[in-house]
Amino acid sequence: MRAFTRLAAVAAPIDLPNVDTDRIIPARFLRKPKNPEYGRFLFHDVRFNADGSEKPDFVLNRPAYRSAQVVVAAENFGCGSSREMAVWALEAFGIRAVIAPSLGDIFHQNCFKNGLLPVILPVAAAASLRGQLHEIPGASVVVDLEAQTVTAPDGAVHRFDVDPFRKRMLLTGQDEIALTLGHETEIGAFEARHAREMPWLVTD
Amino acid sequence: MTARPRGTVFEKIWSSHVVTEGPGGHVLLYIDRHLLHEGSTHAWERMARNGSRMRRPDLSFATADHYVLTTPGTPTADAETRKMVESLTRHTTEQGVTFFGVGDDRRGIVHVIGPEQGLTLPGILLVCGDSHTATHGAFGCLAFGVGSTEVEHVMITQTLWQKKPKSLRVTVDGRLGFGVTAKDVILAIIATIGAAGGVGHVIEYAGTVIRAMTMDQRMTVCNMSIEAGARAGMVAPDETTFAYLEGRPFAPKGELWARALAYWKTLPSDLDATFDREVTLDGTEIAPTVTWGTSPQDALPITERVPDPARAADATRRESMERALAYMGLTAGIPLTEITVDRVFIGSCTNSRLDDLRAAAQVVKGKRAVVPAWVVPGSGLIKRAAEAEGLDRVFRDAGFEWREAGCSMCVGMNGETARGGERVASTSNRNFEGRQGQGARTHLVSPAMAAAAAVTGRLTDVRTLRG
Ligand code: SF4
Repeated sequence: MRAFTRLAAVAAPIDLPNVDTDRIIPARFLRKPKNPEYGRFLFHDVRFNADGSEKPDFVLNRPAYRSAQVVVAAENFGCGSSREMAVWALEAFGIRAVIAPSLGDIFHQNCFKNGLLPVILPVAAAASLRGQLHEIPGASVVVDLEAQTVTAPDGAVHRFDVDPFRKRMLLTGQDEIALTLGHETEIGAFEARHAREMPWLVTD
Repeated sequence: MTARPRGTVFEKIWSSHVVTEGPGGHVLLYIDRHLLHEGSTHAWERMARNGSRMRRPDLSFATADHYVLTTPGTPTADAETRKMVESLTRHTTEQGVTFFGVGDDRRGIVHVIGPEQGLTLPGILLVCGDSHTATHGAFGCLAFGVGSTEVEHVMITQTLWQKKPKSLRVTVDGRLGFGVTAKDVILAIIATIGAAGGVGHVIEYAGTVIRAMTMDQRMTVCNMSIEAGARAGMVAPDETTFAYLEGRPFAPKGELWARALAYWKTLPSDLDATFDREVTLDGTEIAPTVTWGTSPQDALPITERVPDPARAADATRRESMERALAYMGLTAGIPLTEITVDRVFIGSCTNSRLDDLRAAAQVVKGKRAVVPAWVVPGSGLIKRAAEAEGLDRVFRDAGFEWREAGCSMCVGMNGETARGGERVASTSNRNFEGRQGQGARTHLVSPAMAAAAAVTGRLTDVRTLRG
């Protein structure tokens, strides 16, 4: 997994609440292999017209935001389907961090597994950030995982909480499966005891 | 045996599955059952590339539901769709996972067949790479959806790192009125707490209304927990649960059944258990409910009118309502019962079980569908059981299409989608933009309400059709 430490980059505002993962990547693309074209699936049906041309109003199509590496969203971004491809599509487009007042639980987890940093900020802070990004299209924010801060275009510094476990994994880009396999002894011991205590769960 | 954990049913299950504690409040949880479908392709491919083996293939069970066509008879899929199913067949065979494949009557929607086969049991921890895994919580187990990296993690380690969610108890007391179903209850709950109302929480559904429900109905309620943003939803197990499970193919038998039963009876939340949040609804107040917008929280009693964005609480809400109405092609102020539909879909892991098909058939009986209407049973076995009762005849006589089991138009991954601009009365769980096809407009309803819409061609208060 790619590590995440500190990022200074253009941020794009998305004001719509409850952006679901069906919108982030429509179902018909889920079977597609993760190839260099993957970023095109991102927000496909709201980003492109039926003939494949771009909808000029969509935020990521506007020249100032095309190089965005951060999305600043509204409440409950990434709700709905568990499809990890929503994160893959964001990542393939170049997004490394998603900032919102709340995120869909599974989407939130999926971000960490793919080197994307999900940042939860209070409603007012996220709204203020989006406001500034609208006012100064193409403005940059700084997301610092070590310091747990987001610096807004106006210089305001917003602290955020991040789970220490997830933080360490992201900072080092450590592979979770390798970490878990280090607990093999405990897993084996639990498994044996569990099978004794709840023998009806053993299938044959 | 170690001392029994106390607290809520969720806490009891959580603490009995902790393998070890990690940093920052994370714990490693042991997974009892892992359900798989074609969507796990990416995880299988990474496994194959790395030469990984599954730790406990005997605890994983797979079915083909999302990509299988449901055309009556023997459907032939396009090459890309067929590849998804073939890949699952190959990988499950290689790793030794039980697979309910095409041609097997036990095949069906993953959240329908887990309970049907007795794989879903009280007190267990069950995961699946699908957000509607909460369905299984109806049995008093902890069941939640995971992403594909986590699917791979479970395949290799049979565990997951998780942080304990908060708990929310939703109590629905009173009694449901005539024509009001489990679907209306969960739509009313989501409308009350909002699409983000359950984020970070596990919901326990309680109260007399929930207790009075069959297992099929409880599954409908738990199924849509994710639509309220919740990690999982559950109902404490009781006699209804045990009666459903006894004799199921993978449920314990004989001496093991007795031991399991004794344990399951200790699972309900202790009387002094506390929840982080509590919400109460009066079941008597709930009416047949429909959605008008593009989020499951946009739900209203069928007796209401399309809401006016001008009356929204704030600018953000107003804009999102305006956007939803534009997408749905609706004008504020019109009665919901004046909305005409182009198509009806009865199916999905929310409403494709026998109870659902019976409820729909009861409304349809002796009438004619005036718009194209599909019935897609949740599993091959449900299809058989419905046919044994003659439900297929009722639907067919009324001009409905009686199809093979699968997810079908709930998500349309197999190509079974509604056309752009088409308005669908659907028993599924998501009315997101484009969910049932690019540009398709979805109104979420109960099976009885879907049947009523099919025979009238408009959203209809099912209570006015009967009697
Ligand atoms: S029926 Fe719909 S919601 Fe349920 S598993 Fe299939 S696609 Fe997902």
